[in-house]
Amino acid sequence: MNEYIYAIVFGILIGVVARIIMLRTDYRQYPTNLHGKIIHLSLGFIAASLGAMAVPALMEQEYTAITFLTLAASQFREVRNMERQTLTEIDELELVSRGKTYIEGIAISFEGRNYLVILTSLVGTLVYILFNVYVALITGLICLIIAKSLMSGSTLKDIVAIDHHPLHFKDAGLYIDNIYIMNIGLKARQEEILKYGMGFILTPKNMNVITTIANLGQRQAILHDVSISLGVFRDSGTPALTPLIKRDLDDGRIGVFILPQVREVEKAAEIIGAVPVLENAIRMPSQSRTHNKNEEADL
Amino acid sequence: MNIEKAILAVITTDKAKIDGGAPIFLCDDLEEMQVVAANLEAIMDGIAHALSENLYIIVKH
Repeated sequence: MNEYIYAIVFGILIGVVARIIMLRTDYRQYPTNLHGKIIHLSLGFIAASLGAMAVPALMEQEYTAITFLTLAASQFREVRNMERQTLTEIDELELVSRGKTYIEGIAISFEGRNYLVILTSLVGTLVYILFNVYVALITGLICLIIAKSLMSGSTLKDIVAIDHHPLHFKDAGLYIDNIYIMNIGLKARQEEILKYGMGFILTPKNMNVITTIANLGQRQAILHDVSISLGVFRDSGTPALTPLIKRDLDDGRIGVFILPQVREVEKAAEIIGAVPVLENAIRMPSQSRTHNKNEEADL
Repeated sequence: MNIEKAILAVITTDKAKIDGGAPIFLCDDLEEMQVVAANLEAIMDGIAHALSENLYIIVKH
């Protein structure tokens, strides 16, 4: 046993704890219970070991040892590929698909979490060696809190106002408020849709949001999350019963047409509000310098 | 080239209005049209869209 063994064990432990905290299986049922979780915990353990080992290696002036961190990077990029592949395969067989943007978002966050684990272990081990176990414990706690806050993004209710609007037909056209959704020819289908469907209008709170919610991936994510949480009134071979989101080109509002199995307006609005804003859908035109320059010139 | 949408069938009561490519189903009245369209929709996994009261198309999306 060498002098670093406790520090390394401590670093690994704190890293694994960080991974456990960041590993949630929620309504999305992802990662899948048990096996999916074991995969991610094992990878988290590897990440934690790499992070913990880096500091003693540096202290022993084994500078080349630091190169294995690059190995870690490529390893975890592989994690991202793995997640992407699995989810894409599964997506084809979903009644309401997740969409590529959502999948990419999940894959990115799985990779990112592993780096957070490395960082937590690294800092934990470093502080343990430099000071003592108590300081290391406090630092570890701070790291966990930071990791937790880095992990959670904003949700739709932060960026849009959600209002329920009844569906109506104008001839064969299905509308929510003034937003055209689709053409349904059969009378029987129309009645079904009026009975089981539900309409919501999401009004963007500012200009950046207009582009974000217009993103097709973000829209698909809303439909997917709602159908996961409330069920969906459709089957394969009934393309007329497809939840859809269309956009009002005038002002950027979007009309969300859903077919939930559980028809509770309050609950549906709450679930739409809890849909994560996908990082790949976020656009910030207001941060563009050229744009702002023009705006100033206009004033 | 990939064709994503296609008209699979046309259902109408007015023969004068249609001609050409897709299979055409002539019906006697609007009620029969509803039945034929509903069946075709189910069989073809398409959606029955109404272009006018007596002209429906089945579209594969």
